[in-house]
Amino acid sequence: MNAASEREFLTLSGISKRYGGVTALENVDFACARGKIHAVLGENGAGKSTLIKIVAGVVQPDAGTMRLDGNEVRFPSPSSANAAGVASIFQELSLLPDLSVADNISIASPPRRFGIIDSKAQRRRAEAFLAEIGCEDVNPLMRVRDLPLSRRQMVEIAKALGQRPQILVLDEATSALTSADVEKVYAMLARLKAQNIAILYISHRMHEVEALADRASVFRNGRHIDTFEWGTRSTGEIVQLMIGRDIATQYPPKPQRPSRKIALKLDNLCWEKRLESISLEIGTGEIVGLGGLDGQGQKTLLLALFGVLRGVSGEIKINGKPVRPTSPAFAKSRSVGVALVPEDRKTEGLMLPMSIADNLAIASLDTLAKGFFVDRAKERSAVEKGIARLRIKIGDSKDAVSTLSGGNQQKVVIAKWLMTEPSIILLNDPTRGIDVGTKQEIYRLMRELADQGVAILFYSTDYDELIGCCDRVAIMYDGRIVRELEGAALNEHNIIASALNIDAGAASPSSSDEVAHG
Amino acid sequence: MANSTLSEPAMSSASMTGVPSTGLVPRRSFGGDLLIRVRQNIGLATAIGLFCVVYIFYHLAHPKGFSSAVFVQNADEVFTLAMVAMAQTLPVLAAGLDLSVGALMTMVGCIASYLLSGAATPIEFTFGGTHHVLAVLPGGGVGIAIGVVVCLLAGTLAGFLNGCVVVFGRIQPIIATLATGAIYIGIALFLRPTPGGKIDDDLNWALTNSLQDLASTVHIFDDGNASWFAPFAPIPVPFILIVLIALLVWVPFRRSVTGRSVYAIGSAEGAAYMSGLHIDRAKLAAFTLAGFFAGCGGLFLAIQTSSGNADIPQAGTYTLNSIAAVVIGGTSLLGGTGSAIGSIFGALILRVISFFFRIFDIAPLLQPLFEGIILLAAVSIGALRVLRVKNTLELFR
Repeated sequence: MNAASEREFLTLSGISKRYGGVTALENVDFACARGKIHAVLGENGAGKSTLIKIVAGVVQPDAGTMRLDGNEVRFPSPSSANAAGVASIFQELSLLPDLSVADNISIASPPRRFGIIDSKAQRRRAEAFLAEIGCEDVNPLMRVRDLPLSRRQMVEIAKALGQRPQILVLDEATSALTSADVEKVYAMLARLKAQNIAILYISHRMHEVEALADRASVFRNGRHIDTFEWGTRSTGEIVQLMIGRDIATQYPPKPQRPSRKIALKLDNLCWEKRLESISLEIGTGEIVGLGGLDGQGQKTLLLALFGVLRGVSGEIKINGKPVRPTSPAFAKSRSVGVALVPEDRKTEGLMLPMSIADNLAIASLDTLAKGFFVDRAKERSAVEKGIARLRIKIGDSKDAVSTLSGGNQQKVVIAKWLMTEPSIILLNDPTRGIDVGTKQEIYRLMRELADQGVAILFYSTDYDELIGCCDRVAIMYDGRIVRELEGAALNEHNIIASALNIDAGAASPSSSDEVAHG
Repeated sequence: MANSTLSEPAMSSASMTGVPSTGLVPRRSFGGDLLIRVRQNIGLATAIGLFCVVYIFYHLAHPKGFSSAVFVQNADEVFTLAMVAMAQTLPVLAAGLDLSVGALMTMVGCIASYLLSGAATPIEFTFGGTHHVLAVLPGGGVGIAIGVVVCLLAGTLAGFLNGCVVVFGRIQPIIATLATGAIYIGIALFLRPTPGGKIDDDLNWALTNSLQDLASTVHIFDDGNASWFAPFAPIPVPFILIVLIALLVWVPFRRSVTGRSVYAIGSAEGAAYMSGLHIDRAKLAAFTLAGFFAGCGGLFLAIQTSSGNADIPQAGTYTLNSIAAVVIGGTSLLGGTGSAIGSIFGALILRVISFFFRIFDIAPLLQPLFEGIILLAAVSIGALRVLRVKNTLELFR
C-alpha cells in the first residue's frame, strides 16, 4: 500500500516484532488518517494487539519506523505516547480499581492548583466526560472496583477522552457494553471523527465494524494483508482475507429432542433483591441461554448456582435431588457436578503465572490425587487429553498460561472444567473478546457436550449467539426471568423487546413456543 | 412479529437509545456522596471510633485522667510509633513492605545523639591512625537547627536509598529493606556501640512537654503567659508536631500526582503503567518519604530519651508494630487503599493498649501475651465485614 501518502497522519513502515521465537509482526506497513475510523481486522494472534501496543508505546518494535504527521517518533513508554496524543482503550481494562472514577478519568494529568490535585475541578471534569458518553448514572466518587463491568468499560472510554487524543485506539472497547451503551459510543465516535481525530477500531463484532468503519486493514499471522476503503469488499471477502479459508456455517445445527429429562430445576430462587423468584428448567442435552441487558441478574444467577452467594432462598434440584450449593468446591463435587466458566478469565478463570498444565489440572486435583499426593502420570495424561480435546495451541504445557492468546486462554478455562466431567455447565459470556475461529470451536463444543447429555446454561451479551446456539433463551430483566423464547419465537426482535421488558411478544403468533413469566 | 405500538426500525435503534441509562442498572444504588465517602473510609472511621472508646476508658480508669500531664506523657510515648507507622504506610500503599523503618529510625536517633548537644561539636573521625576534623558544628540554636536538618536529611537519604534498591535493583521491597535495614542498624552500632550521647536540655524540655513549657523555654508569648495563649497552653507539643507533619507533608503528598500514583501502583501496577503514570518516580517518592517520616521518629526518640541507643530488639519491635498500626488504621496490606492518618490512629490504639497495663498493674511477663491477644482482636474488627458479604467472590478481590 501507499504508506508515504501525504494525508496520512500516523505512518508505520517496516515494523517487525518478535517475542522469543514467535513473530508477532513481520515487516508491517500501516497508515491511518485524521477524521477517519480505521478498522483493524484479523483473528486473535494476527498481530493486531501487538500493532496497537507499539502505537501506544507499550512495546517497542525490533525494526521499522513510526511517523506522526510526517515526523519520525519513538514511544519508549505509554506516557510518551500519551504526550504525543495517542490514547488507548485496551481489551484488558487499564483502570485502577481502588481509585475513584474521577481519579481514573484524570489519572495521568489531573487539574492542579499549586501542584495539588484540585478535586473539585477533577470531579467536574469527570462529570463532563461521563456526560459526553451518556454515562451520567455513575457517581465520580465511586470506586471503580464497585462498578459493574459494563460501567467500568464506559469509564475507560471517558478516561481515554480525558486525554484529548489526536489518535484514539479502541481495542475491543465495546466487548462488555450493553447495546444501549454501544449506541452512545457510536455517537461519540462520530463526534470525534468530525473533530478530525484519527480512530483505530478493533472489534470482533463485525456488525460494529460495518456500522463504523471508513477504512479497514486486515492482518493475518503478523502480516498486513490488505487495506481498503470500507464498502469496496463484501463481508464474505473480508472474512476470507482474515482467516484465509471459508467459514461454512457459523452455528452447528440444533437437533430435535422430543422428550427431555430435567437436569436442573430452579424453583423460586431469590437473593438480596438481585434475583427475584427465578424458576427455570434445563433438560439434559439442552442449551438454555440467558439474555437481556447487561446487569439484570444473569451473572448473579450463575454465581448462585455455583455456590458463591450466601443466603440464597428457593429450591435447586439437580437430577431430581434437592441441593444447596454452599461453595464452588461443593458445586463441582461429583455428586453435584456443576462447572462455571467465569466472567473474567484473567482473575477468576486462570492463575496467570502458573503453567498451562497446572491451570488445566487445578479443578480436578481431587480426582487426580492418589491419597495425599497428585498422581503425576495421571495428571499428565489428563492434561494432554484436555489440550487435544479443545485443540489448544501451545508451545509447552509447562509455559505460563499468560503466554497464550486470549482465545487459547479461554479454551484452557473451558478444558479445565471439562476435566471435572460436569453434568451441568454454566457459561458466563465465554466468547467475550475472542476471534471468530475460536468462537465457532466453542459453539461446536457446546453442541457436542449437549449431545453427550450435559445441560448448559449460557449467558451471552451477543444476541446473535444466543439465537444461533440455544435451544431456548430465558430473558432476564430486573432480577427476574420475564420471558422464555424458543423455536420461531427465538429471534432478535423478541429478544430485544423482552430485554427492554416491552410487551411486544404478546402479538406474536407462535405463542405456543414461549412461556411468559409474570 | 407484528407490533401495534413500535415499528420494527424503531425497535432496533430509537428505543434502544431512548432507555434512560439509570434504568439499565436498576439494582445498583449509586448513592449519595456522603454515603459513598463513609463506605470507602470505613476502615479509618472504625480506627478513630475504636481509639476514642479505648482512650476515654483509659482516662476514666486513670487516677489522674483528663489532665494535661497525662496527655503530655501519652503524646511523648506515641509520637515515634506514629511517625514510624506513617513511614510504613507509604510502601504498604504501593503494595510493598518496608522492614527497615525501625532500623532507619534507630540510625537517625544515633546521629541525633551527636549533633543535638547544643554545644559546639567537632565532626571528626579517626581513620588509618590519623585524626580528621571535617567541620565544627556551632553551639546554640543554629547548631541545633543544623543538626535537626542533617538528621532529617539522613533519614530521607536512607529512604531514597531503599527506593533506589527497589526501583533500579528490581528487588522486592520486603527483601530489599531487610538488607538495607541491617545496614542502617550496622551504622547505628558503629556510631553508638553503647548507649550514650547528649541532647540539649532545653530542646528536650521544649519538645516533650506542653505548649506552655515550649513557650517559656523559648521565651515567646510572655513566656507562655499571654492571656490569649491560655486555651492552647496545655496541648502537648508532640501532638502539635504530629498534626503539623500530617497536614504539611502527608496531605499535600496524598493529593499530588505522585501520591496518587502510589495508590495506583498498589491498586493495579500494570494498569498504572498503562495509564502513563511514572511508576519508578512514585515508588522512589514513597520510600523516600517513608525515610523522612521514620527519620522524624528517630529524631524525636533521641530528643525524648536524651541519648542515642542502637537497640536492635527495639528497632525490630518498632518495625513490627508499624505494620500492625498500618493494618489497624485501615490500610490494606494488598495496597491501594488506606491512609497515613489511619496509621496514626493505629499507632494510638496500640500505645493505649500498653498504657492499660500500667494502670491495671499486669505482670510485665504477661504483657506480650495480652498484647498479642488484643492486637488480634483489634485487627479482627476490620475482618467483621466478611460476615456481611453475601457474594463470597468479593472476599477474594
